[in-house]
Amino acid sequence: MNAFKERLKAGIVVDNPTFVQVLGMCPTLAVTTSVINSIGMGLATTVVLVFSNLAISLLRKFIPSKIRIPAFIVVIASFVTIIDLLLQAYMAELHASLGLFIPLIVVNCIILGRAEAYASKNKPLPSAFDGLGMGLGFTLSLSVIGMIRELLGAGQLFGITVMPAFYHPPIIMILAPGAFFTLGTLMAIINTLKARKHKEAQK
Amino acid sequence: MNLMLLFLGAVLVNNFVLSKFLGICAFLGVSKRIETSLGMGAAVTFVMGLASMMSYIVYRYILVPLKLEYLYTLAFILVIAALVQFVEMVIQKMSPSLYSALGVYLPLITTNCAVLGVAILNMQKNYTLIESIINGVGGAIGFTLVMVLFAGIRERIENNDILESFKGLPIALVTAGFMAIAFLGFQNLIK
Repeated sequence: MNAFKERLKAGIVVDNPTFVQVLGMCPTLAVTTSVINSIGMGLATTVVLVFSNLAISLLRKFIPSKIRIPAFIVVIASFVTIIDLLLQAYMAELHASLGLFIPLIVVNCIILGRAEAYASKNKPLPSAFDGLGMGLGFTLSLSVIGMIRELLGAGQLFGITVMPAFYHPPIIMILAPGAFFTLGTLMAIINTLKARKHKEAQK
Repeated sequence: MNLMLLFLGAVLVNNFVLSKFLGICAFLGVSKRIETSLGMGAAVTFVMGLASMMSYIVYRYILVPLKLEYLYTLAFILVIAALVQFVEMVIQKMSPSLYSALGVYLPLITTNCAVLGVAILNMQKNYTLIESIINGVGGAIGFTLVMVLFAGIRERIENNDILESFKGLPIALVTAGFMAIAFLGFQNLIK
């Protein structure tokens, strides 16, 4: 059981795909205009990650290593198509607001990266947990960014106005530049915290 | 005239990197030097033009007649992967000097979301073959333009005295944010 816990912790904290590995930047910047969108994108990616890791791990002895990358991409693309159609059928609103970025989950480097680095070398169950951990880490990071941007840029959280009436939200936080500023500042804060921890450890 | 507007729109107004957030990995990854970003830009332009054309043909003449439109993600990514492999082999055979200049960037292009993104956008907007190619090439030129400008700024930032915690990626992201503000200025260029 500890191994599973360790995989989850690796995905969410130690090897967080967004803040530590800096992977999957396109959806991170593009869909984090609100918390709902962030969570939707994060969970869609998580589902694809869990199933693609599971499938690739089950197939790992049958895929010749020379053509493994195209094979992984086909597996991933199949799961993305399934998610795309399911969202379209049951969550049309979310599907419309995520738009182009749902089919683009295929080229999210996190998924191909986990397939190559973990699922192709490990047993199915740990691989699925690895996907779950990475996916949740991704979801969490997106939600934090989405929360900051929605709060500052629209004065809302989950679509409900929370800021007082005199607060005039700067729309720039919802537009493209806000995404870059938020992520840059968050990374700088994380760097500061890391440097402080490092110093304390040396003492 | 419309084609000219479409081209300008793809280069400046709907810039792939700064307003659509496509191809950010390549944008942040290889923009440390001007020469490398030019090389990457040239490779992307080449592949994106071809990918727009091939994905249009595959969609219109294979997927639509067979009523398999919903498999577009799978079909496009395979087209792009095959295309990148093919372009790599052709360049290697025809012009070894170009290959040594572009070689390292070519495999990276398969997972560049701008290429798959442009193929899907062309399909969603029902562009004709010519419009698709212009949108693809224009988008790629916009990508190259922004990346080269960004590399120029990054080369200078390296020698500046900045806060320790902002060094590296954070300052690059903030810089990109300011560039995005500048590009917002093009927003009303085309109605």
